[in-house]
Amino acid sequence: MAGFKKKASREMPEMNTSSLPDLIFTILFFFMMVTTMREVTLKVKFVIPAGTELEKLEKKSVVSFIYVGPPTDNLRAQMGSSTRIQLNDRYAEAREVMDFVAAERQGMTNQAEQIISIKADQHTQMGYITDIKEVLRKSWALRINYSASRRN
Amino acid sequence: MPGLNTSSTADISFMLLIFFLITTSMDTDMGLARRLPKPPEPDQEDATMDIKSRNILYVRLNASGELWIKDEMSSGYGNLQELRNRVKEFVKNEQNLSKLPEKHVKNIDLLGQCFVTDKHVISVQTDRGTPYNMYFQVQNELVAAYNELRNELAKQKFGREFQYLKNEEKDAIKKYYPQNISEAEPKKYGGD
Repeated sequence: MAGFKKKASREMPEMNTSSLPDLIFTILFFFMMVTTMREVTLKVKFVIPAGTELEKLEKKSVVSFIYVGPPTDNLRAQMGSSTRIQLNDRYAEAREVMDFVAAERQGMTNQAEQIISIKADQHTQMGYITDIKEVLRKSWALRINYSASRRN
Repeated sequence: MPGLNTSSTADISFMLLIFFLITTSMDTDMGLARRLPKPPEPDQEDATMDIKSRNILYVRLNASGELWIKDEMSSGYGNLQELRNRVKEFVKNEQNLSKLPEKHVKNIDLLGQCFVTDKHVISVQTDRGTPYNMYFQVQNELVAAYNELRNELAKQKFGREFQYLKNEEKDAIKKYYPQNISEAEPKKYGGD
């Protein structure tokens, strides 16, 4: 008889999972801090150049991106394969950069620190970049950043 | 009163976690920081200043991405590694040669009386057809050359690398080796 009693008491106790939500929340907060929201859907594809003398873009809130490259594969049939400039979610001409810069500047608290990061494909012809730079100069967005990956 | 059943909190937070994993990206953006010159004043006359030719180093990039370097010393096609050495030699002008940038005495805080070449200009000219990658690599080499010079000076004067210096010390070094890179309106050799 004692044997039966023993068997009943040996049953495994259920694991306490009350701290599981807290753990998951911690992971969640970690990811929320180290990652950034994807802001635009890319319509151009680019492979950025690789360099050695790079600096990190620390203050995300003052950075605006200009993308330059040929249209992505699924848009190629409509848009052709020549180089395009993408501002926000659409293709644009170099002269529209001025409005873009002004619009981006509107929402910033420290407007003097505005940085424009140019993400351009390696094979882009300099003509496009020069046009963008000329417009940036005219719109007084003088701090720029050529986006690149690290090379050893 | 029975306790609230919280067994689904974990699932809810898992879903939030997965949502954030999908919509965000972890890559930190890096790049080569440059500063553009101020826009020209409307009433400004032709911006070609009188710069002595010994003070200019021309770096030209043609449409096929070839690099051509010229100063008073020599001229010719070169590669990126040569460019870095040429720029260092040019900006430093260690032996005070008459064909490299002129040196003059300048009083810099923390460093005292210095013999500097701060009137030098590196003129980068590109063609509209130059590949962006080549232009970027040239910019990278120019910045690298300046960084190496500044590092050398920082080690010599303060015993530490440039990045570990205090802000005043950094400013002093920057005054000793200012970055004078000019990018003139690119030449248009017909076509696009």
